[in-house]
Amino acid sequence: MAEYETHDFDVVVIGAGGAGLRAAIEASAMGVKTALVCKSLLGKAHTVMAEGGIAAAMGNVWKEDNWKVHFRDTMRGGKLLNNWRMAQLHAQEAPDRVLELEEWGALFDRTNDGLILQRDFGGHRYARLAHVGDRTGLEMIRTLQDHAVHRGIDVFMECTLYRLLTDDGRISGAFGYWRQSGKFVLFRAKAIVLATGGVGKSWKITSNSWEYTGDGHAMALDAGADLMDMEMTQFHPTGMVWPTSVRGILVTEGVRGDGGTLKNSKGDRFMFRYVPDFFRAETADTEEEADRWYEDKRNNRRTPDLLPRDEVARAINTEVKAGRGSPHGGVFLDIASRRSSDYIKRRLPSMYHQFMELADVDITKTAMEVGPTLHYIMGGVRVDADSAQSTVPGLFAAGEVAAGMHGANRLGGNSLSDLLVFGRRAGLYAAEYAKRVPQAPRVDDRQVDAAATGMLAPFERREGGENPYAVHADLIAAMQELVGIIRTKSELEEAITRIHAMRERARRAGVTGSRIYNPGWHLALDLLTMLTVSEAVAMSALARQESRGGHTRDDYPRPDPQWGKKNVILRRRDGELSLVTEPLPEVPAELRPLIGEDKPTGKVALEPVAAAGAKE
Amino acid sequence: MPDVRMKVWRGDATGGAFVDFTVPADEGMVVLDVVHRIQATHAPDLAVRWNCKAGKCGSCSAEINGHPKLMCMTRMNTFAPDEEITVSPLKTFPVVKDLVTDVSFNYEKAKTIPAFKPKPKEADGTRRMYQEDIERVQEFHKCIECFLCQDVCHVIRDHEENKPSFSGPRYFVRLAALEMHPLDTNDRIDLARLKHGLGYCNITKCCTDVCPEDIHITDNAIIPLKERIVTRTYDPIAWALRRMRGKSADLGAGEPEPPSA
Repeated sequence: MAEYETHDFDVVVIGAGGAGLRAAIEASAMGVKTALVCKSLLGKAHTVMAEGGIAAAMGNVWKEDNWKVHFRDTMRGGKLLNNWRMAQLHAQEAPDRVLELEEWGALFDRTNDGLILQRDFGGHRYARLAHVGDRTGLEMIRTLQDHAVHRGIDVFMECTLYRLLTDDGRISGAFGYWRQSGKFVLFRAKAIVLATGGVGKSWKITSNSWEYTGDGHAMALDAGADLMDMEMTQFHPTGMVWPTSVRGILVTEGVRGDGGTLKNSKGDRFMFRYVPDFFRAETADTEEEADRWYEDKRNNRRTPDLLPRDEVARAINTEVKAGRGSPHGGVFLDIASRRSSDYIKRRLPSMYHQFMELADVDITKTAMEVGPTLHYIMGGVRVDADSAQSTVPGLFAAGEVAAGMHGANRLGGNSLSDLLVFGRRAGLYAAEYAKRVPQAPRVDDRQVDAAATGMLAPFERREGGENPYAVHADLIAAMQELVGIIRTKSELEEAITRIHAMRERARRAGVTGSRIYNPGWHLALDLLTMLTVSEAVAMSALARQESRGGHTRDDYPRPDPQWGKKNVILRRRDGELSLVTEPLPEVPAELRPLIGEDKPTGKVALEPVAAAGAKE
Repeated sequence: MPDVRMKVWRGDATGGAFVDFTVPADEGMVVLDVVHRIQATHAPDLAVRWNCKAGKCGSCSAEINGHPKLMCMTRMNTFAPDEEITVSPLKTFPVVKDLVTDVSFNYEKAKTIPAFKPKPKEADGTRRMYQEDIERVQEFHKCIECFLCQDVCHVIRDHEENKPSFSGPRYFVRLAALEMHPLDTNDRIDLARLKHGLGYCNITKCCTDVCPEDIHITDNAIIPLKERIVTRTYDPIAWALRRMRGKSADLGAGEPEPPSA
């Protein structure tokens, strides 16, 4: 029998980024006993790194903006694979969620008449992102953190939950360990909200921190929940590429929102050559029009520098492969020649600081070198749009770990708003669910003992086992090489074969030292999680035989209208992963005119497309 | 590139010592990269906190050659080629293991600061604030809670006994942010003196020096708070006005509710 401490709660929220904090606040406000459990210290979750802003159609800068335009932009940005209901709720509720943060003490940058200022971002028709310079995520997480603390919510910091427990198919709790002491901890809970974020730590070049191991994805899968569209990963077009040690760290899209432009080694603003038909009508085709658009959105069309992220990332990838890249294998992002030094420092202070400190580059004087970095996963736990409940009763999911909202590609700024809108909904519906559960949840000792035994196994092998750091290095190399921006059948099959082999090695991982704050042990456990998620991504990517949004297949370079009506679903039954496709919920007739009739067509920009007015 | 050598403190609450490590160097490395390489190749159980690796989250605080710094923002090329480099845990907080300390002191102090309490909205339902009125508070909101200012502050660094009655620079910044917030109506001035020990600070500016976000902690947060306390507590005219109006600070406002456990 494993030794562990036990806590009883109505709702346990796993993860304390924007979605988790917002869920915990809502559940606690509903009067149920709520716990917030996080792997890091409070306030360090990935939300803190978000830079650009929170997308919400408040109409403070452009009166023409409203939820319908935001809904349209989100659906088109997602290449129409979004769950329409989630996109609708998100667009409708985001403004209230932003204003709520202001009620809790957040201080956004202001317009001249004292309202919340909004900035331009990729794929958004109007300047829509509420922001604080380029540190919006910090403002958001600290506001939520302070609000949660003053609500008296019980917070369990540096605590990793590793297995969800079920009783007759319903959620009954979660089991894990304290990072500091290594001791086991059991939460008995009527409902659980997963707010565990993403999966980036399985790739070599990523903007994600160590926490992004896909815990929520893997735990949900093991508990019987469906994962959906896991092939939809987002490579953010602008990560740092040099020096090596900072490769992948994010450079905010706000640089382009505030006037920065992408150039290749010939000084060519190459994005004009990569405008797909789907976005041609709304995208500028001359540099002059693009530059005028920043000031006058009524009479000009958006610069192609601010096409959705999937388009820009592919274009950069193509330019570099064609030999027109920067010295360290990226392209140039130039704001120095286009905006004043004072403006850059005021609007983008942390970018200025980041390049100055880490790369010896003064971005007010010279162009940055940037390239794609794995940033986000659109796929995740399949949830009900309104309640955020997964296919397992009592299990809810919100934020990056949940699927549907962003379809095949997420627009910048739609993540922070997603966290607030669906974090609140998950907390609300989890609390309501918990109130309806009549009896205390029953925990199956066998589930707990099996988890505990597995978790301690690496200590028995000690030095004789595999080095978890070495297996991790091999995993991220494989995912980068074989499940990257451009994918193909043979490489995805190779990835799955290698993942299976690496899982055998990970199962033999050995660790030294004690259970007290032991990163080697933590990594040995995280590895199994990462391998599960990596396999899910590779299997789903192999299944979807088309190119759409964040998923590009060299062997199927076009969007396929049939695949555009399907979600790829993964579930585990009797230990085995199975994959099926299910129909995408159809957009109701009254919303269809908002999106526009045309569908994504044509080959995706694996090579430059000839655009009117473009120069080569 | 030549190998890099580093002395990393290893141990726990009962004691420890510096251990020498040598690992291969890479271009542009920061101290945290070297620590990670040591983990991967020599000491898999070496404990260290980190998250963003870009100076945004404030997790990887340590003392590098005795100076409180973020490991992720300390470039290896800032050291002379033959300079000895030591990395040790924050001294002000109890060691858990290796470079990880127990920083719960800070989270406990955070709970004792009365919450933000906004005034009513404008007649049209909006909140109007002007950029010039919020900029000084936005400076305080840049805080990433790395706790380097807490670590360097001699009031608690060298005097464990002061911890119950002194909250430290991080929370003076927090108090100032709330006090100067254009919408806030709570009053924390008496509290700053009586409960958070602002009077212990003798403005040596050590906190300002180590702040990785360049917040002018002493000049912009602590000194204005001290001035408000002086006005409140020792100005006879203000004292008389206060008596006439009968206003007293609401010390309990915004105290955390007792945990429901």
